[in-house]
Amino acid sequence: MLDAAILGAVLASVVAAATTLLLASLGELVAERAGTLNLGVEGMMIVGAAVGYATAYSTGSLLLGTLAAILAGTALSLVFAGLAVWLATNQVASGLATTILGLGLAGLIGSSFVGTRIDAAPALRVPGLTDLPVVGPVLFGQDAFVYASILLLIAVAYGLARTRAGLVLRAVGENHAAAHALGHPVRRIRTLAVMFGGACAGLAGAHLSLAYTPFWAADMTAGRGWIALALVVFSAWRPLWLLAGAYLFGAVSILQLHVQGFGLGIPSQLLSSLPYLATIAALVVISALKRGQGAPASLGVPFVPDR
Amino acid sequence: MAASAEGAAAPASLLEAVELTKRFGALVANDHVSLSIRAGETHALLGENGAGKSTLVKMMCGLLQPDSGELLYEGAPIVFPDPASSRTRGVGVVFQHFALFDAMTVVENVALGLPGHEPLSALAARIDDCVQRYGLTVEPWRRVGELSVGERQRVEIVRCLLGNPRVLILDEPTSVLTPDESESLFRTVDLLTSEGRAVLFISHKLDEVRRLCHRATVLRGGKFIAEVDPKQETASSLARLMVGAEVPRTPRLVTHEMGEPRLLVRNLTVAGDGSRGSALHDINLEIRAGEIVGIAGVAGNGQTALFEALSGEAPGDPESVVIDTVPAGGLGPTERRALRAGFVPEERLGHAAAPDMPLSDNVLLTTHGDGGIVSHGVVRHSPLKRYFQGIVKGFDVRFGGKDPKARRLSGGNLQKFVIGREVLRDPVLIVVDQPTWGVDAAAAAFIRTTLRERAAKGCAVLVISQDLDELLEFTDRIAVMSEGRLTPPVPVAETSREAIGLAMGGMHGHGAEGGSHAA
Repeated sequence: MLDAAILGAVLASVVAAATTLLLASLGELVAERAGTLNLGVEGMMIVGAAVGYATAYSTGSLLLGTLAAILAGTALSLVFAGLAVWLATNQVASGLATTILGLGLAGLIGSSFVGTRIDAAPALRVPGLTDLPVVGPVLFGQDAFVYASILLLIAVAYGLARTRAGLVLRAVGENHAAAHALGHPVRRIRTLAVMFGGACAGLAGAHLSLAYTPFWAADMTAGRGWIALALVVFSAWRPLWLLAGAYLFGAVSILQLHVQGFGLGIPSQLLSSLPYLATIAALVVISALKRGQGAPASLGVPFVPDR
Repeated sequence: MAASAEGAAAPASLLEAVELTKRFGALVANDHVSLSIRAGETHALLGENGAGKSTLVKMMCGLLQPDSGELLYEGAPIVFPDPASSRTRGVGVVFQHFALFDAMTVVENVALGLPGHEPLSALAARIDDCVQRYGLTVEPWRRVGELSVGERQRVEIVRCLLGNPRVLILDEPTSVLTPDESESLFRTVDLLTSEGRAVLFISHKLDEVRRLCHRATVLRGGKFIAEVDPKQETASSLARLMVGAEVPRTPRLVTHEMGEPRLLVRNLTVAGDGSRGSALHDINLEIRAGEIVGIAGVAGNGQTALFEALSGEAPGDPESVVIDTVPAGGLGPTERRALRAGFVPEERLGHAAAPDMPLSDNVLLTTHGDGGIVSHGVVRHSPLKRYFQGIVKGFDVRFGGKDPKARRLSGGNLQKFVIGREVLRDPVLIVVDQPTWGVDAAAAAFIRTTLRERAAKGCAVLVISQDLDELLEFTDRIAVMSEGRLTPPVPVAETSREAIGLAMGGMHGHGAEGGSHAA
């Protein structure tokens, strides 16, 4: 039988697995709501992971490592923004190029750190509460990344729905020509949204290499950037559905590991694909229910003002 | 004349364009165009499609920068680097293609056009005030995507008015309105000028301009032609200024015989897709050989769905559409063309023609099913070339180069091309959506005459158009489309503009209104 301690540990690892996805997909959601389809998430995430790990290993400071990861993700996102927003290149091609560039850069940066280890980001403890059975480690025993992701989710959800900046950002993604005609700086807003996406992807990368698996390995993002992109689409561009999708994916990917551990004779490849299948199934249902509230209308369309 | 008199009695111009020039590549869209708007006046900007009206407006509000010339605001030179700067100086624009966000509510749309961080609830209250004052009906909390075209225009106007503009520019405001909606817009415009605001009213509808406007500036081919007092002009003298020549009228061929029914539409019902465009409800229509039937109505009332059901882009129940006695409702476009039907959709670029393909390839797009041009799946170039030349010569399609891309042609020439492409196939039925939209007057007259001639030769013609004058001029019977329903077609001689206007507003001929309901 599962006892409370094991259950708590399993649930805590679900949260940890979900956090990477939540961070990266929140950033992408903001970029897409502004009308830019940034397929460079995977690249920005792994550059964040590499730079964050290298910095943390060299300086011994997780905080510096995290900041460096955010900066690195943002810097790479500026490459994408320069191409896709200011030069109005094809967003899909530019995004793919950014990812490939990011994977290469990260391999280069991380090459001298292969085989090293650092201490993972510590869990933040609340005396008394953290020791509660099950809920203690899940709710009050997580590292700072987890709490940051939740705060970020609230900020993004509130910001998009309730603030003027969010309104303008949505307007730019909905109809960039109209937004331009009303005098909103379309390309500047899109650049900022892409930069926010890059910062979030960098932060997600830092969570991977500094907390979730505190070492460096090439390809350590393992396609999480792509999952984050899919989550944005299937969540119908709604932050709260994104939360549900990220945690569902996290839950199934942890649980299938435990099922593999029981040795039920199900091929492990099939079990490994379960998180993807479950996420797709759940989110297809969600987006079917939310029909008519689809993609931002200008998503993926380059904007070129006439002069 | 020197503009030195300060505070003189003569009405000073509020916003003035002086010798503005704008080039797009080889095209001179505006060639030293001048225009001045005074406080308290409604000033008309008249011109055909392509005369340069929109370019001028865009320069006057900062969306485009002039290549030369300058803007004066209250007599002082001013540069609007972007639309926001013109708005803060009190220049509001209601664009022809609305600058609205479908997925957002009316309040959000309005907020996006205003500076500052006003809470939406306070803004909604201000919208209600503005609505009351100017007699505009707008519900603040509805989603713009659900609104009719007339309602969307009112949202645009309210958004401009809340910025308290001194100059309001209305770009082709009545082209999307029913006659009734136009009337209430005119009342609003009169109210605005009586408050001392200036209104620039862009139109090519001469009657409106003569009724509403104090002065009119006429553009033709990107050049300033004249500034006149429209009330002193006749509709035909204004038309001469606009077109540069007498506008030819389509000869009405009264004596022609009706033949067999070529198109039968029976109980055609199409479910809406929920987001966009009305569904069709129980459409019935019969067109005989030799007659032209017109379908009037404001855009977005189901015309697109009807066209797609007729052309086979959206096939349905086989019995619902009968072409030349063959049940064709379940067939696709190529099979319907094989029944010698021709279709010309509304959108020239992207629907009727592929913009980046040469014209000769565009010929192939609708003739691939015909014998002679394609044999055993292989394109035969000399018949194709002959056919292409036949269109170009027979329909007076003018262009530069030997075989340019479709997007290089002007609207009128491309429209003549796509209509010629269908007509040369010698169809028994031809369905045309917006045959002369955005086409200059000469080309429009040519297109109408061509269709008239086809009918005289025994073709059945269905014309879907928002231009009521056009339909009254050259069709035999007119039906009206409103909210997906079609009124029975009535002979043109037996109907009137008023009756059609009422039906366009959804009144369906039950004209009696105003009496209290006896339930």
